[in-house]
Amino acid sequence: MHVPDGFLAAPTSVCTAVVAAGAIAMAVRRTRSEGVVNEPPMAALVATLVFALQTVNFHVGDGTSGHLLGGALAAVLVGPWAATICLTAVLTVQACIFADGGITALGTNVVLMALVGVTVGWFVTRASVTLLPRTNASLPLAAGLGAVLSVPAAAVAFTGLYLVGGATDVGAGELAEAMIGWHTLIGLGEGAFTAGIVGVLISSRPDLVHASRLVARPEKVVA
Amino acid sequence: MKGGRHRLFTAGLFVAALVIAACVSQFASGRPDGLEHVAGSLGFAGAADPHAAADGVFADYGVRGWDSPVGSALAGVVGCVATLALTLFLTFRRPSDRTTS
Repeated sequence: MHVPDGFLAAPTSVCTAVVAAGAIAMAVRRTRSEGVVNEPPMAALVATLVFALQTVNFHVGDGTSGHLLGGALAAVLVGPWAATICLTAVLTVQACIFADGGITALGTNVVLMALVGVTVGWFVTRASVTLLPRTNASLPLAAGLGAVLSVPAAAVAFTGLYLVGGATDVGAGELAEAMIGWHTLIGLGEGAFTAGIVGVLISSRPDLVHASRLVARPEKVVA
Repeated sequence: MKGGRHRLFTAGLFVAALVIAACVSQFASGRPDGLEHVAGSLGFAGAADPHAAADGVFADYGVRGWDSPVGSALAGVVGCVATLALTLFLTFRRPSDRTTS
């Protein structure tokens, strides 16, 4: 869902850039002071993994493809604030080095993927955890659900932005239906990959998965 | 030893990313992604401006002038390294960042 330059009018792009900059500044301050794990450098590793996963487009329906967004995955692995930074770094590298996603549209892409994608992914994961048994084994499913919903949520956000400041006039219903329809399908792929990756990591290194604290039980006192 | 476990994990995850970006990506679908497809069918694909970095060496995940899977593998590696470096820069906690205890 990398928005190119020109899709959105300048005022809309500027607004998203301002929102993005503010959120990133907050995220940087939070991760630096809260002590996101340095050893290993989880945020950097997760961002790199998300970049790599975003290069693997998979067929969707007839004639389209999707790729992992990675917002829910990153949030589950390093927490939502660090995940915002991870996705921002990925989008910045993609726009500047690979001409993937506009440079003036970087703020927009950050809002869509690093903010909406991460936030929805995280909160749906959290909500899912409350409905599931309180064990590590629930995390892959919870993360998968978060991931499934994060993608159409970003599509809804894009639809909103385009209806407000898009370069052309399109019917709201038409745009919403197309964007949400395709991105719900893509979300299913996102959910499957996210659940799989979280499953592998939670079974090998649960100590390095941020979301494991959502299911942690208080230490039993040994009599 | 904790350091050893972490080093193994770090290396493993980074290598996995490199393999995905350099090799698995070779098999990626070439179809337009969801947004491009919608833009095409609803008629706003043409609104996209030419990209400022479109003449860059690695634009479009390849190496300019080198039409080979090795070129796109190299682009994948470059992207991984750049992302790792940028995120380290943004998140690495220095002793001076510690809040007063």
